[in-house]
Amino acid sequence: MGLWKGMWVTLSTMFKTIFRPSKHLKTVMYPDVKETPVPRARGVIALDQEACTVCMLCARNCPDWCIYIEGHKVEVPPDKPGGRIKIRNTLDRFDIDFALCMYCGICVEVCPFDALFWSPEYEYSEYEMGKLMHDMDTLQDKWLPTVPEQPEIAQ
Amino acid sequence: MELLADLMSNFWLGLIVKLLIVALLVPLIGMIIGFAEMKLSAKMQNRVGPYYAGGRWGWAQLIADGIKFFQKEDIIPEKADRPVFKLAPALVLAATVALVVVVPFGPNMAFRNLELGLFYVLAISSLSTIGVLIAGWSSANKYALIGSLRAAGQLIAYELPLVLSVVGVVIMAGTMNLDAIVQAQIASGIPYVVPQFLGFLIFFVAALAELSRLPFDMPVAESELVMGYLTEYTGFRFLFFFLAEFVNMFTMSAIAVTLFLGGYHFPGLSGDLATVLGPIVLVAKSFVLVFVMLWFRWTFPRFREDQLQSMAWKVLVPLALANIAVTAILKVVI
Amino acid sequence: MTLDQDMVRHLSEVSVSVELQTPEMTLNIGPQHPSTHGVLRLVARIDGERAFDVRPVIGYMHRGYEKLAEVRNYPQITTIVNRIDWVAGYANEIPFITAAEKLMELEVPPRALWIRLILTEMARMASHLIFMASYPLELGAQTPLFFALRERERVLDLLEGVTGGRFHPNFNRIGGVKPAYGSGSKTRKLIQDLPKTFYEETRVAMDEVLHVCDQLEDLVAGNEIILARTKGIGVLPPEVAVAYGVTGPNLRASGIPFDLRKVEDYLPYDQVEFNVITGENGDCWDRWWVRLQEIRESARIVQQAIDSIPSGPIQAKVPKVIKVPKGETYVRAENPKGEMGYYLVSDGGQGPYRLKIRSASFSNISILPWILEGALVPDIIAIMGSLDFVLGDVDR
Repeated sequence: MGLWKGMWVTLSTMFKTIFRPSKHLKTVMYPDVKETPVPRARGVIALDQEACTVCMLCARNCPDWCIYIEGHKVEVPPDKPGGRIKIRNTLDRFDIDFALCMYCGICVEVCPFDALFWSPEYEYSEYEMGKLMHDMDTLQDKWLPTVPEQPEIAQ
Repeated sequence: MELLADLMSNFWLGLIVKLLIVALLVPLIGMIIGFAEMKLSAKMQNRVGPYYAGGRWGWAQLIADGIKFFQKEDIIPEKADRPVFKLAPALVLAATVALVVVVPFGPNMAFRNLELGLFYVLAISSLSTIGVLIAGWSSANKYALIGSLRAAGQLIAYELPLVLSVVGVVIMAGTMNLDAIVQAQIASGIPYVVPQFLGFLIFFVAALAELSRLPFDMPVAESELVMGYLTEYTGFRFLFFFLAEFVNMFTMSAIAVTLFLGGYHFPGLSGDLATVLGPIVLVAKSFVLVFVMLWFRWTFPRFREDQLQSMAWKVLVPLALANIAVTAILKVVI
Repeated sequence: MTLDQDMVRHLSEVSVSVELQTPEMTLNIGPQHPSTHGVLRLVARIDGERAFDVRPVIGYMHRGYEKLAEVRNYPQITTIVNRIDWVAGYANEIPFITAAEKLMELEVPPRALWIRLILTEMARMASHLIFMASYPLELGAQTPLFFALRERERVLDLLEGVTGGRFHPNFNRIGGVKPAYGSGSKTRKLIQDLPKTFYEETRVAMDEVLHVCDQLEDLVAGNEIILARTKGIGVLPPEVAVAYGVTGPNLRASGIPFDLRKVEDYLPYDQVEFNVITGENGDCWDRWWVRLQEIRESARIVQQAIDSIPSGPIQAKVPKVIKVPKGETYVRAENPKGEMGYYLVSDGGQGPYRLKIRSASFSNISILPWILEGALVPDIIAIMGSLDFVLGDVDR
């Protein structure tokens, strides 16, 4: 009889959950216990300011246009005396507005200079929307150390 | 014991003491059953249940819920019928509390043992029907109206099987006095569930329907009508309905235990020990039945209204009538 | 008081025309409602408990996908398209990318196709498990919700391990799947292939999914109350289903064995063995049963695919800036909800000129006025739930 089978399922689940919680109870008691996310998880974007050359590829390809970049040119003195003066782009401002960001990853993917990375951090919610705009120092100092090693792939 | 008997014999003092005990008992039972429902349902669904309120066990969850309900804003819809709107939860809770009064917690230990105890029980349980109807009508909300109309049909339809199923017990015991029915079961040696198994089943199913619990909770069909006749109730008025449901569950189980499962009697108990342990035995047996009610709720979906009605009129009533006929014939013959 | 002519006439009228007048009521189910899978509004005219004219009102969730697609290029559209049917995110990207590849006449490497197949079947399992969770909840049973969602977490964890996103994977690229972490000198070498732990975790997860299917079958399938609520309710005859354009499990439950996975060749389904599940009567119970069996079939497909996936590159050689040549094409695929198709008109640029999305749920709910004719109010909820639509899919 279908009714009895259903009742047996709930009763056996109840006994299993009460007496063998280590095997059957899958609830993770956040925030006492936190699950570690997988290395590829898309949590937040981290920036390496040294590597960025202000090429604007990430800002142009973002579907939501949530990256704001400003930069200026500086003159770098030549390495050897008598050499050419090099002109280098430096960042003034690199903001990612995480209130608009879609977490799609296009910016990380198109950057030709290895300046953007994914990090699986997810606990950065704020009470005010303005604070979700992370500026370049936050992106480098807070998030860059959390970028994990990528997992080994199968062949 | 002597002092207690003396106290009780003074009418006014005894009345005050009994009122105090009932006033304390009713919310306490409601909270215990509510907590059991939350925790047991969680275990049946492979989750934890209330955890943080009360030191990793969650027992303070319902106290917190009660305080939350009390401090909510009292919203009455503009077009609602104000006196009737306020009367409905009071009526339902009053009917429930009035039922606790006749349940025999031990030999000679009902709050008031009436000669027509069973008749009183069946009559008072219809009062909550009126409460449900006026709750939905006075809410000025289409959803609430649909819910209370469904409730009207369901509750009135299941009154009949409820009443007819206990007639077999009355025939076998020869009295309507609840305490005397328990004594008759003790005297005959077997609880009435054995000869009256059909009556017990019908009573249990009809009681589930009277309480509007799954699988009969069409009036409060949460996924369809957003709480049915309770939609417009907030704050402590909702708390009254909520509490009334849980206490009613306990009371109906207690009545079922008294009528069918031997009440406060446990084989081997007699005399003073029975007076002390009787309430504990009764409460334990009622909690077993309450557990079965919770188990049903979390396993089964709900019946549709017309299926409910056809089950009441076409299945339960004929079975109950057949039960009465067979019991009466056997009583005369044997 | 004497009776004059007027009074007599009135009295006789009153006594003759005494008939039971039950006025009808217009009930608005939604848009905010626990059971309508989103913001769907049903304007139902009911008489007592029986509805006789039900009209769905849609558009509360229109986000303008087709216009959004006109101003973006192909990688950007891939990232927004998986939000159409959000419970099965990966399955929405597949026909779009296949359409672009068809116009470019690109040869996709086989390993990429197999990875796409595995992830699509996982998306199908995720979508059907949501249905398994929410449909008994609408009928009143609250326990299957937790069982089904617990297993869905496993599938989503697998998806996250490969793509980085649970609901919105963004893993398809033109020419295959996402090849590398980035484009710089170091990140170009980090290939985004399946991680090493993927195979073992998938085997474990598929066993668990099959086990929960058995549990759900015990809990729900034989239950007499469920049978009384769903057998014979909302019968959809096959001719009506075909006439309205209903596709997917709803069509198969009515008895027509039409599965796009066997008809079209956008993914290597001909190299795995699976059955096309059909129902007998086309009622709500058959639609539930077909979806339960489809979860099992998907789990078996994934188990077969894990064992036989070829090795190789995961993206074809494509230029950095992709321009799709001029042309137009229509590609359809088997979304968990039904048939999803993309009509892509390209004028040679970096983005499409026009993208028309044929979504499964839009055609599926066009049948609501027909099927809800004369249904009782609780049956309205049961039938709507069994059609399994998502408002993002309906309104795009």
